[in-house]
This record gives sequence, C-alpha cells and structure tokens, in this order.
Amino acid sequence: MENKSKRSVGWMGLKRGHRAHPFEWLAEQGMFLVSLSAIVLVFLIFLFVAREALPVLLGRTDSSLTAKIIPVSEMGKLKPAQLQEYLGLTTAQFKSLDREALQALMEVKAEGAKEARQNRDTQINTTGWRYLLKPFQWSGYDHPVSIWQPVSQVQKYNILPLIVGSLKITLVALLFSVPLALGAAIYVSQLASPRAREYLKPAIELLAGIPSVVLGFFALMVMATVLQRLFGYQSRLNAFEAGIALGLAVVPVVFSIAEDALTSVPRSFTQAALALGSSRWQTASQIVLPAALPGVFAAVVLGFGRAIGETMVVLMASGNASILTWNLFDSARTITATIAAELAETVFGGNHYRILFMLGTLLFAVTFLSNLVAGQVILKLKRKLEGKA
Amino acid sequence: VSAATTTAAAVSRGRFRSARSDYGSAFFSGATLAATMLILAMLAVILGNVIYEGGAHLSWRFITGGTERDMFDVHKAGVLPMIVGTATRVILMTLFVLPVGVITAIYLTEYASATSIFTRIIRGAVNNLAGVPSIVFGLFGLGFFINFVGQHLDSALGNAETHWGKPALLWASLTLAVMTLPVVIVATEESLRAIPQGLREASLALGATKLQTIRRIVFPQAMPGIMTGAILAISRAAGEVAPILFTGAAYYMADLPRHFTDQFMDLGYHVFILSTQAPNIEKTRPILYATVLVLLLLTCALNLVAIVVRSRIRRKMRSVQ
Repeated sequence: MENKSKRSVGWMGLKRGHRAHPFEWLAEQGMFLVSLSAIVLVFLIFLFVAREALPVLLGRTDSSLTAKIIPVSEMGKLKPAQLQEYLGLTTAQFKSLDREALQALMEVKAEGAKEARQNRDTQINTTGWRYLLKPFQWSGYDHPVSIWQPVSQVQKYNILPLIVGSLKITLVALLFSVPLALGAAIYVSQLASPRAREYLKPAIELLAGIPSVVLGFFALMVMATVLQRLFGYQSRLNAFEAGIALGLAVVPVVFSIAEDALTSVPRSFTQAALALGSSRWQTASQIVLPAALPGVFAAVVLGFGRAIGETMVVLMASGNASILTWNLFDSARTITATIAAELAETVFGGNHYRILFMLGTLLFAVTFLSNLVAGQVILKLKRKLEGKA
Repeated sequence: VSAATTTAAAVSRGRFRSARSDYGSAFFSGATLAATMLILAMLAVILGNVIYEGGAHLSWRFITGGTERDMFDVHKAGVLPMIVGTATRVILMTLFVLPVGVITAIYLTEYASATSIFTRIIRGAVNNLAGVPSIVFGLFGLGFFINFVGQHLDSALGNAETHWGKPALLWASLTLAVMTLPVVIVATEESLRAIPQGLREASLALGATKLQTIRRIVFPQAMPGIMTGAILAISRAAGEVAPILFTGAAYYMADLPRHFTDQFMDLGYHVFILSTQAPNIEKTRPILYATVLVLLLLTCALNLVAIVVRSRIRRKMRSVQ
C-alpha cells in the first residue's frame, strides 16, 4: 500500500499522468530505454576494445617464427581462413593472390624460419608478459634492455618506454597547467569583480574550443623553436615541449572544474570571513579553498585523465622516439601516439594489432578509474556543501 | 577575557590583519591575476599567430579550390574537399547524437527520481563517457562499427567484397556521435533545469498530461539549451582527429564522398598531414596556416556562439532561483 502511494507521487510531488494514458506510459518506458544507451556504450567500448586485445591478455598469441611452420606440401589440407592467418595476410590481400603465389609465400616463410633458427631471438614468443613488461637481453646487447620495435624480424613489444613516455609528458603538463589553472580559478571565482568574471570565464573556456590538432600544430611550428631557443636543449621535439603544449589542453579542464567547486562554496562562508576582517585573499585561501579542496583534487585527477589520453598534441610535438629514459629533454613516445601512428599499418588480427588494442584497453582502464574517483569526490563535496548551506 | 586575548593573539600573528597592510594578500592576489592573464595571453598568441599567418594566404580560391592537381602546391591547392568532408561527418553525427542525447536528458530530469540507483548509474556512465580518451573512441569505432557491425552486415548481405566493413563516413560519424553524447546530455539537462517549475505545474493544473507538458511547454523552453549542446558537440567533433584516424579519414581522395560508405578528406586530419608529412614544410607553410585558420574559424566561432547562449541561460537560471 505504501509502495503504491510512493509511486503515484512521482514527478516532484505531482501525480503522474500515465495511469490514465497508456501512450504516456509507453513513451516513458521508451525514453528510459534510450537513456540506458550511455551505460550500454561505456560497456560496449570496454568490451570491443578488450575483445581485440583478448588473445594477448590470455597469452594466446605467438610471435616466434619457428613455432608453426607448415610444410608446403600440406597446403591443400588447410582451410582458406587458416592459410590466411598463417601467412598473416589481410582478406583483400589473400583474395588477390592465386594458388601459386600463396605457395611461393609459404616457401618464403619456411625459408625464413630455416634462417631464423640460427638466431636465438626469433624463437622467443615476444608477446608473452615477460617480454612486454621486463627488460630483456636480446642478442647483440650487452645488458637487458626495454625496446618497443614492432616492425623488425624479431618484433619487440616492451611497453615500458611508452608508459614512461606517457607519464613524463603528463607530469610536465600537470606541473605546468595545474598552478596556472588553479590560480586563474581562484582569481575568477573569488577575487575578480562580477563584471570581469562575465568575460574572463568564457575567454578561458574558449581555450577548450581549440582543437588538439591545432595545439599540436602550434607546438610543432612555433613553440618548439621558441622553447629550444630559450632553454637551449638538443632535440627540438621532446617530452618537455610536448608537455607544455599538452598543458594548454589541460588548463581549461582543470580550470572549469576547480572554478565550479570554488563557486559552489556557500556565500555565507565568504561573508563571515570578510566580516571578521580578513582580506579577500585570506578568505579565498583559508576559507574557500579548504572547503572546496576535494573539488580541486577532482579537477587535477580529471586533468590527469585528459593529459594521459590526449593524442594529437603528443603525436605531433613529442618527437615519437621510444627511448626508455626519464630525461625530459629527450624525444619521447606516448601510448596514445603509438596507437595513432602504428595501427593503420598493422595486419588485422596480428600480434602488433592486438598489442595496440591492449594498450587501448590499458588507457581506457586508467581513465575510467580516474573518472570514477573524480566523480565520487565531486558528488560527496556537492552533498557536503549543500548540507551546510 | 580569554576570547579577547585569542583575538588579540590572532591579530598579532597577522591572521586577521586588514587587507590594506597585508603584503602577502597583495602578492598572492597578484599571482592569481598573473596566472589568469598568462592563460589569456597564450590563447591570444595562438589565435593571433594563426590569424596573422593564415590570413595572408586565405582567399576565396583557397576555400573553394580542390586538390585535383597537387595537395601540396601553394598556388593551386584548396580545402573545399576537406570542408565538405568535415561538414558532412559532423552533420551526420548531429543527426545520430541529438535525438539520443535529448531524450536521455529529458528522461533524467523529467521522469527519473534523482536518488534512484538507475539514475546514478546513468549519470556515472555519462561522466565516464566524457572522460574516455579520443583515441580509444577510434579503437572502438574500428573494433565495433567496422570489424563487428560492418563485417557482419557484409556477410549478412552476401557481399563478395567488403562494402561496409571498412573505414567510411558513416562509421566515423557514429564514432563521433558516441564521443559527443555526454556533451549533448549535459547541455540539455542544464537548460531543462533552468525552466521554472511553475510552468510545468501550471500546464499540469490546466489538465495537460505529462507528455503534453514536456512537448508543448518544457521542450520549446529548452530549445536554446539544446541548440547550445548541439553546437558544442559540433565544434568538439569538428576538430577531433584521433577518433577518425582509423574509421574514415582519407589521406587523399580524388572525389568528394558520394555515399555513406565512402571515405572522406578532413580539415583536422589535413592539418596533421600537412604539418608532419609534407615533403617541404617551408613551402607548404602558407597552406598549412590557412587550413588551420579555416578549422579554427569553424570551431572557435561555433564555440563562441555556444558560450554566449549558455551564459545567457545560466543568468536566466540564477534569476529564477
């Protein structure tokens, strides 16, 4: 009985009309189904990016050249799909070749395997977790190294250089953008006159309207030269310069969320502090900022998510050399730039293709987590401040 | 007495000193102002540089010219195919994203109770969707639309050659629609909340049903906000390159796209090509700057319109409260 009365008091205390109109009920159910699309899409994104990466995650891929040589004489026994996969061809390539050409390819493959036996490295399955994550002493090296070199006889897929590249560029971007964006957020929300605020906020938000490809272009054409002249480092495109350019993309994100959080602090807080004789800055830094601190934290977390997921800026401005180093003035290569630059040239369903999708899954997981954390923090803060106000 | 001494101690420690004699306050206030000005200065430098250098080469011939002869030739190359490509993919995207986004927002604000678990999950999903990196949308477009939907469509239709299961205008638009869905939802929700509750109550009191109220009263009032959402989504999508890298953008096309399954040339992607793959960057520099200017005019102008409309809605909302 109580349940029933609760349901009829639906819309902000007003009686729902749908009892009288079946059509209204249908419309509501339809809208509900459509509104589930956001959930379905997040789920699908994870599912379909992870699906392509699944063989790598489960350890079902094998890159060793000697593992699976099929004698040419047994070609007739293979199904077309098996043969295509064995030769590593795309469907279009496979269909364009006749039997003789395919036979020749099999011979080449067998030849290659014969030669490859002399090289210890070619027998290794480089897509195993050990080779993805830990340094390894390849033949010709005198110490273990981490190398990302997917296009070579022995495909090397160590993702450490990419992770370090992503992290150091992100770090520079945050160190550059967070103080700026935070300062601006404090100024615009607390210190500026209401009239100035009307103009300042949209002006800074306009920065978010500049496409990242334009920021990348600007970093490549102008900033790289200017910064090199200022700091005098060697390589023109490097992690530092890419980080600064990336910072420009992060500033509007951190600014609008931090500004939002600072503005949502009840005005009674500020008025009380000012009435007690504190200056505007003291009020902002000792009353408003501590109250909005979780929101500022969320802004930084979302800025991190934006920075680590940004593609075009780093692809154009970082130099794209996959070297494992924390030196900021060396050229660097990020996870996103690697996917963007290499995916178009991979064989569909091949090892390289799958490992790039695995990197995409990793990226999705990282940003998903940072979004979740930031979302929860903002929600709690909103509730707390609304309770106090 | 003790309160007085505490206050006196606080005053002597400088905690509550008045603003006029407080150098620390003046310094830090100045620092925040400087941060604001630095951000605006960088924005101005970027825009100024592009307008100055790009404006010199921008001409009617450049905007309406094609790339038939040579896309790297300063005197002949134009950007019409890229403008057409970008515009087409963005218009298609709007057709996909607007109905879904607006209906979701209407459901969330008008029907769902704010505390129900479903509403909270939907909002969480929308927030998460907004934070997914653009390159992951590209991977999703390739993995889902092309390799799953497209290829199944091909085998279902019995096509001998791949017709749907390859990068195409349709798939790029759908990928962008997924990416911009949160933009439309958030903007629409905001405008719906700005509508005074009294309007809804008056309509219901006159005997209108809920759906009638939404269609005749709420929806027209929310129109500017929905338009803002659409414009924001368009300006965001127009400049994005990463999601269309694998889902439809072409390095070079001899013709304009004529079908959903054709690939297309794109302004943003063209900027990327010109600045990283041009044989002689100094020679093609004027085309590059002019292309960037066209792209910026498109995205920033749209953004400016959206920002102005949105700030009007916000002001209206404040006066309502």
